[in-house]
Amino acid sequence: MMAFTIAGRELRSLFLSPLAWAILAVVSGICAWFFLAYLDFFLQMQPRLAALPGGPGAADMVVAPLFSTAATVLLLVVPLLTMRLISEERRAQTLPLLLSAPVSMSEIVFGKFLGVLGFVLVMLAIIAAMPLSLLAGGGLDLGLWAAGVLGLLLLLASFCSIGLYLSTLTAQPVVAAVSTFGLLLLLWILNLASSGGNGGGLFDYLSLMSHFQPLLRGIFSSTDIVYYLLLIGTFLVLSIRRLDADRLQH
Amino acid sequence: MSQQAPQASAGETLVRVERLTRQFGAHTAVDGVDFAVHRGEVLGFLGPNGAGKTTTMRMITGNLAPSAGRVTINGLDILDRPKAAKAEIGYLPEQPPLYRELTVDEYLRFCARLNRIPRGRVARAMALAKERCGLGEVGGRLIGNLSKGYQQRVGIAQAIIHAPAVVVLDEPTVGLDPIQIREIRHLIRELGGEHSVILSTHILPEVQAVCDRVQIINCGRLVMSDSIEALTRRSDTDNLLLRLARPPRLDEIRARMPGVTAVEACGDEAFRLRLGGALTAEQVARIAVEQGWGLRELTPERRSLEQIFVDITAGDGDAAEAKTEPVP
Repeated sequence: MMAFTIAGRELRSLFLSPLAWAILAVVSGICAWFFLAYLDFFLQMQPRLAALPGGPGAADMVVAPLFSTAATVLLLVVPLLTMRLISEERRAQTLPLLLSAPVSMSEIVFGKFLGVLGFVLVMLAIIAAMPLSLLAGGGLDLGLWAAGVLGLLLLLASFCSIGLYLSTLTAQPVVAAVSTFGLLLLLWILNLASSGGNGGGLFDYLSLMSHFQPLLRGIFSSTDIVYYLLLIGTFLVLSIRRLDADRLQH
Repeated sequence: MSQQAPQASAGETLVRVERLTRQFGAHTAVDGVDFAVHRGEVLGFLGPNGAGKTTTMRMITGNLAPSAGRVTINGLDILDRPKAAKAEIGYLPEQPPLYRELTVDEYLRFCARLNRIPRGRVARAMALAKERCGLGEVGGRLIGNLSKGYQQRVGIAQAIIHAPAVVVLDEPTVGLDPIQIREIRHLIRELGGEHSVILSTHILPEVQAVCDRVQIINCGRLVMSDSIEALTRRSDTDNLLLRLARPPRLDEIRARMPGVTAVEACGDEAFRLRLGGALTAEQVARIAVEQGWGLRELTPERRSLEQIFVDITAGDGDAAEAKTEPVP
């Protein structure tokens, strides 16, 4: 499968740049800090929460806020990872290497996507492992945790797919980063418009956030999963079309 | 390094280009180009800047879809069966497509895998490509730290690593020093042995040094396609350069040599004669000696390839009028 070859090269190049390590360090640092803060808060509240029948546990009080914060942090970070995917190849004129090799355009795009997703999975693994450390001293609702990890995974894959598409549009990585960030933020806060008035339902449906929150509460709804899969697929297809358009008649 | 590959034009047709056309908006970059390249042939693709060389090469290698026309590589249509056709092509664009952050070995391994070389044969393919391009010493170095010449060689190694039937090189010697240019030319001649090579350039001596056949493209159209020998024959003119120790006046020369259609003085004692076919060089020599002019030099003149190129691309009708230069 050629996509894996391309993904492997992408991942290797990412880890060869200081950017990837810096991002990994910053994200782990910030998320660890938030984790400790949420944990501290939970420990202060625990005596009172324990009195409530069916009150929130560690998963509700630590895991959900942690993942929610991580999503916001990664919203800022993922554009920096995806910005170079195609635009850097355009700038350095390395795209002909892929285009004249016996690989299809979908394999190129899919390979790029998998490559950056591989890096994001490393970050996800670090963040997801933090709450697991609680198992050493107590219990954790693993179902809730798994739903959160799944939500975060789908959300990050959507970020990557959108970033990949915007990277195909330009030869300037910075332009790709800024526009990716803009689009992600817009999709993130789109549901704020739904608080009142007409068309609120549509905006609410389109928002990245409104499909992420239920998963954090442990609600696994196929609507949310399908939303993310559609979003990822759409932007991957758009990327393929965009690269194909370079070859074709304008 | 032989001037002519013995198997030239003897092998099967590896590249066939039919009525290839590409438009960019209203501008027609390549207009109805037809040609074929056979196994073991090095085809030189000449043309001034912006003539459509690179556009043609990008279409041959599947980087650009043609507006009209067909490209078949080893019998495979590049649009209908892109993967199979591309497996038969190695392409070095004008700007070598190198990942500067990788080492030479990492890069070539990636290229080998990208060209579907089975995992077990990657090491051998890499070793062979490195050896042919003289990269043995630099395998562990970062591509970004290599000199331009070595980067160019890595680019060529990338193009030949999967032993493709057709190697397409776009201006491979630009920016190299004379020694590197010689080495790369030598390599190209070698490649011509078992692959077909299409080479674009605007350096004319390069064409004479490495190509079996030459095509000149101008404003998107093929204006000439010929073998190197035919091109050399083309460069023969019927001009003679005559140098005399005791030169007579111009009209005296005209009077003594009735077959000469034009005489022109070049400097104090040299003359350029155009023989109208009525007179041979031998007769000219005899007349000059009989008249006691003190014959010092008699040289047939040849038009340089440069001149032919300029004549053809400038679309000038009377090529014979062109300025000539002596070939010793």
